[in-house]
Order: sequence, then C-alpha cells, then structure tokens
Amino acid sequence: MPGVFVLQETPEQSDFMSEALETIEEFVQSDYKYGFVSDIETETVPPGLNEDVVRLISEKKGEPEFLLEWRLKAFRHWQKMTEPKWPNVEYPEVNFQDIIYYAAPKKKKELASLDEVDPELRATFDKLGISLDEQKRLTGVAVDAVVDSVSVATTFRKELEKQGIIFCSFSEAVKDHPDLIQKHLGSVVPITDNFYAALNSAVFSDGSFCYIPKGVRCPMELSTYFRINAANTGQFERTLIVAEEGSYVSYLEGCTAPMRDENQLHAAVVEIVAMENAEVKYSTVQNWYPGDKNGKGGIYNFVTKRGICKGANSKISWTQVETGSAITWKYPSCILQGDNSIGEFYSVALTNNFQQADTGTKMVHIGKNTRSTIISKGISAGRGQNSYRGQVSIKKNAKNARNFSQCDSLLIGDRCGAHTFPYIDVQNTTGQVEHEASTSKVGEDQIFYLNQRGLETQDAVNMIVNGFCKEVFRELPMEFAVEAQKLLGVSLEGSVG
Amino acid sequence: MSNKLIEIKDLSASIDGKQILKGINLTVNEGEVHAIMGPNGSGKSTLGYVLSGRDGYDVDGGSVSYAGNDLIDMAPEERAREGLFLAFQYPVEIPGVNNTYFLRAAFNELRKHRGEEEMDAVDFLGVVKEKMKLLELPDGMMKRSVNEGFSGGEKKRNEIFQMAVLDPKLSVLDETDSGLDIDALKIVANGVNALRKPDNASIVITHYQRLLDYIVPDFVHVLSDGRIIKSGGKELALELEEKGYDWITNGEAVAA
Repeated sequence: MPGVFVLQETPEQSDFMSEALETIEEFVQSDYKYGFVSDIETETVPPGLNEDVVRLISEKKGEPEFLLEWRLKAFRHWQKMTEPKWPNVEYPEVNFQDIIYYAAPKKKKELASLDEVDPELRATFDKLGISLDEQKRLTGVAVDAVVDSVSVATTFRKELEKQGIIFCSFSEAVKDHPDLIQKHLGSVVPITDNFYAALNSAVFSDGSFCYIPKGVRCPMELSTYFRINAANTGQFERTLIVAEEGSYVSYLEGCTAPMRDENQLHAAVVEIVAMENAEVKYSTVQNWYPGDKNGKGGIYNFVTKRGICKGANSKISWTQVETGSAITWKYPSCILQGDNSIGEFYSVALTNNFQQADTGTKMVHIGKNTRSTIISKGISAGRGQNSYRGQVSIKKNAKNARNFSQCDSLLIGDRCGAHTFPYIDVQNTTGQVEHEASTSKVGEDQIFYLNQRGLETQDAVNMIVNGFCKEVFRELPMEFAVEAQKLLGVSLEGSVG
Repeated sequence: MSNKLIEIKDLSASIDGKQILKGINLTVNEGEVHAIMGPNGSGKSTLGYVLSGRDGYDVDGGSVSYAGNDLIDMAPEERAREGLFLAFQYPVEIPGVNNTYFLRAAFNELRKHRGEEEMDAVDFLGVVKEKMKLLELPDGMMKRSVNEGFSGGEKKRNEIFQMAVLDPKLSVLDETDSGLDIDALKIVANGVNALRKPDNASIVITHYQRLLDYIVPDFVHVLSDGRIIKSGGKELALELEEKGYDWITNGEAVAA
C-alpha cells in the first residue's frame, strides 16, 4: 500500500505581518520579456484531429510506413482514453478539435547551410539570446532550434559527427537513421502510457534526436531550444536520447512562447535510454508564457519525460527549473533497471500569480543496489499553487535499493499554496527510503535583515529564493545556472511600491 | 568640537496602534558611545527598529536627523547605505545564501552608494580575512550559509563581524550581550572597542551592566515606559546594577 501524505499550507498572518507581506507581494508581479510574436510565414493544417490529420502530418514529413502505423495505433488508443483528472490543478476542459496540430515556419527551399536560415527566424533567436551562428557561440554548446514543433536549425553538427555523435532534428533522424528510431521510439514511454503521451505519439511534428556511440564522451553541451510562435497551435515535440555503453552527454532544454490571451497546449515526450556505464544529464529551464497576472492565457505544459537506466552502473539525472506555463504537469522519471544504476531528480518549480504546477518524479527501482535522489524545491507566490507529486517504488528484486527524497516548499505571501504528495511503495525489505519535507516562508524578518545591510527588497527576495534553490542550481551547467538565477529574479520581479 | 551624528527629538512610535515610544530625546555625537538601559518592555529594541526603519514600526511624532538627513523619510536600505548599522538581537537565518556572498553584496551596495567601484571576490576576501582575526572567527564560518545552524554566540559574533566589514558611522547594538558566555562577550566587546573611531559612534542597548564593563560608554540613559527617564555617565550603570531599575522607575529620578 502506498502511503499518502498531504501537506496543505495557507498560513494565517497577524495584521502586523500582513502589511509587510503586501510589500513582498508587490515583487511577485512578473513581467514576461519573451512574449513577442515574430512575423514568420507559417504553414499550418486546419484545426481538429482525426486519422486524416495524422496521415497528413506523416505525409508532410515523408515518413516511412512503420512510423505512420505507429502514429495511427497511438491515435486509436488515444481516442479510447480520457484526460487525467488526478493532478492537483484546475482548468477548463481542453477542446482538442480547436487545436491546430501542425504549424511550421515555411521553408523556401532546403537549407544548404545555417547561413540560409530565414533572417526573421534568426532575429527571433537573437532576441531570445540564442545565436544560431556557430562562430558567435562563446562556449561549446550545440543548439537545435525548434519553432512551432519544427526544427529550424542545428549547430555544430559536423563537429559532432566526427565522433559519431548524431544530433539532429527528429525528422532528419527518421530519414537518416530509421533503424535507431524504430528500435528506441516508444521503448521508454509507450504509446499507451498516458493520455498526453498517446496524443503526442499520434501527432508529434518534430523534436530532437541525440545518439552518443559507445565509449564517447560528448565534448559539448547539447541544447534544444523550443519556441511556440503561431497562434492556436499545439506544440507536440518528441525528444529521444540514446547513450550507448560507457558514453556521456549533458543535454539542455529551454523554451519560451509569445504572450497570448488564449491558452496553448504543449504536450511533449522525452525518452532517454542509458546503456551500461552510460550517463545522461538532462537539464531544463522551462519558461513558457505563464499567463498574465490575472491568470489569462499561458501555456498548458503537459509533458511526459522518462529515462531508463537499462545497463548496469548507468545514470540518468534530471534537473529542471520550471518558472513558466499557466499549468505544469510533469514528472521526469527514471526506471532503474540495470544493477547499481542511479537516478536523480533536482527540481525548482515556481508558481506566481495564477500559475499551477503539479510536478515531481517517479523512481522505479528494479535492479539491485539501485539508488535514487530526489531534491524538490517548490516556490509559491501570488495565488500560485505548487504541488510536489512523487513516487518511489522498490520492486521485489531490487535488493539494497536506496532512495533519499527531500521536498521543500517556500511560500511568498499568504494567498498561495504548497502541497506535497509523496507515494512510497516498497516490495523488498532490504530497501531504504528516506523522505524529508519542509515548508517555510520568505519572512518579513529575513527581508528586513537584508534591507538593513543595504539590499533593496527585490534583491533581498531574489537572494533568499536563490539560496533556497541552491542545491538544485549547483546541478545545472554553469551558464544555465546563471540563466536560471536571473530567470527566477525576473519571475519574481515587479514594481517597487 | 565633535559633530552631531544623530539627533532624536521627541520621538514617539507605535506598533499596531499601541504606543511604545513616548517622546525620546537623544543626541549622539561622533566619537561617542551611548548605552541605553532599561527593564524589559521599556522600548529599547523598538528604538533600534524605529531607527533602522523596520516595517510595522510607525513613527507618530518627533523627528530624527541623521548626518544631516531626515532619517524617518529614508527606506531601511538607504539608512544602511548611509552608514546606519543594526546588530540584531536575534539575527535571522538565510538558508543557502553563502555568508561571504551575502556580505560582499552588502559591502558593494554601500560602495555603489558612495560612488565607488564594486569590489571583486578576491579583493573582498582580503578585507574579510583581516576582520575575521579581529573577531576570532573560525575560517569555516564564512563558507556557511548566513547564520544557518550558528550557535547563539556565533550569530552575535557574525553581527559584529559584519559591522567590522561594513564600517558603519552609527552602530546600534541591540542586546548583543544576551546569550553570550563571558569569553564570547569579551571577544565581541574587544571587537567593538577596536572599531571605535573619532568619526563614528555607537548606541549600545543592553539590559545588564555586565557588557559595559567591557564596552565603556560615555553616556548611560535609562529607558522606561517609552521615555528616557535618567541620563548620566558610566557610573549610572553601576548604580543601576546595585539598586535595580525600581530605584528610578519608582519616580525618584527626573529625566535629564
């Protein structure tokens, strides 16, 4: 029987405190600076979903038969499924017939080189602080840029190819490496897994593919940058990472979207396969448009991310900084099949204004001596609702499995909420599971202390929040950690009263 | 002749509508150390918070002129940048924020305010090392998070250490002696004494005379029910120690 613990916190304040808290709350009115719309010619299919649309997407992408069959199977299964209601979030029913399932920046012709990328697209990425120009990249980060579900550019490909590393858009991978795709696609997240994974399997339009051959340590960070631009469009991308025996890769993912009044659906699937002695580090800074301060608009971020530690001594580490989206519903998980394999989950989730997040992880211990670590930091501000939901499952043969979980919640103001739903299921008596949880508030006394040392309230709040997240930030690659800190600052920023 | 650093005139203040300070008059000149003594609930800590501008402490009347500025009009961080430092009675913990990082941020806010360039981490470490010796702080303390897991004595030492690094014009020490054993008290007092300069000043708030054996004040004021009811030299503290606060609060004494 899994144990369920629910912590609900809506602290009451004395009058004296509430005045101070109002000041704090002025700082949580965020400004979203990526909300611009680019004028890019887009090719779309009409809204709505049926088998013909699935066929059309597959045809547009010139896919092999096996993939079309796979999509159709997923679609037929999806039709029998219902939207999950168990996440601790509230939103009006999504009408899946109103959504456009395919939108792509119109390509004039096949690109011979990165220089031929549409200048408007290039400008969009420059605005986002991402250069598609290989010469201009300061550090070794290869970027795959995805706009409205379609990969538009991938940098540093040639250099990576020298070591046998494949890093390209999903569509290209389907064309150039169909065997690898057929072997691994759906092997970690089957089409029947859940409602949104099934939907994604039916209609995904692009994404990233990454393959690290045996014994290769990827010399640079690989990064996918997702951007939703077109209106009324769902974004369904698919990422597949395969790390062969003894290989290593660090993968980064970033995302933004324009400010729009209507909600937009983003339902991605990420699959990771780690073979014997392989290590994959997957870091996300999720900054989809969160909606305005009254809760209008924003992205519904319903994502399935899962990795399997297939071989012995393999390791998969998820690090996520979730600051965007109106609703986030996401549980990057690890299946620890190989003996001595390791799963890690480090998460910072911030909900401000009317944002809702139900996020956490699943650690499934199957192999012997498998270990997992979960560090979750939830920050709630405004009227934000933040839930941690995690499952630690130790199967019958998982001798000497260990898990350590720590879930900390930080509250800013007195109208937000933090919730914790840890499920623990232990079927082997040699297993060791530890769970720690705490809830704290950004105190008026902490802010005053920092004020008294010369720091402005906004800087004080940032410092306190960043301190709270430190254990997670130190897991991020350097440049990403800096970006994440800034992003938290921006997300908590507001007019000084 | 010494310059006036702070001039408090007829200051009254309340918390949640309840009046705590009922007309404080106090002038502190550069180079002076003033001790504020008084029984519990007399308003000593409130005075510290009002001077540093804490939210919820409302000034109802009077004025405070500090280094030529109207102090009441200034935000707490502006007061700090103008060299007003409060050593907290109960320093708060800021988990995950490195002590050195925090202190450098504060240090650089002050420098920016003075129009000076920010100091980089390497140079700042030099400043820190020098001041650490003064307070006999163990090396490890600067690597820890601000006050997190510090003992009571360590927190107080950390306050004085911050004071040493930030080099304020006016320090308000709010019951810095409380919770310190005699060795820690000596270290703290030595630190405060070493920081005394002709152009800075301190207001030392304390309940006990004990601290004043080590930090010798130029003036002692007795606060009772929101008013200074007696002022004198350092011998007043000894007299209080001997006779207790009842001796004055019973109405024998008259405000100076």
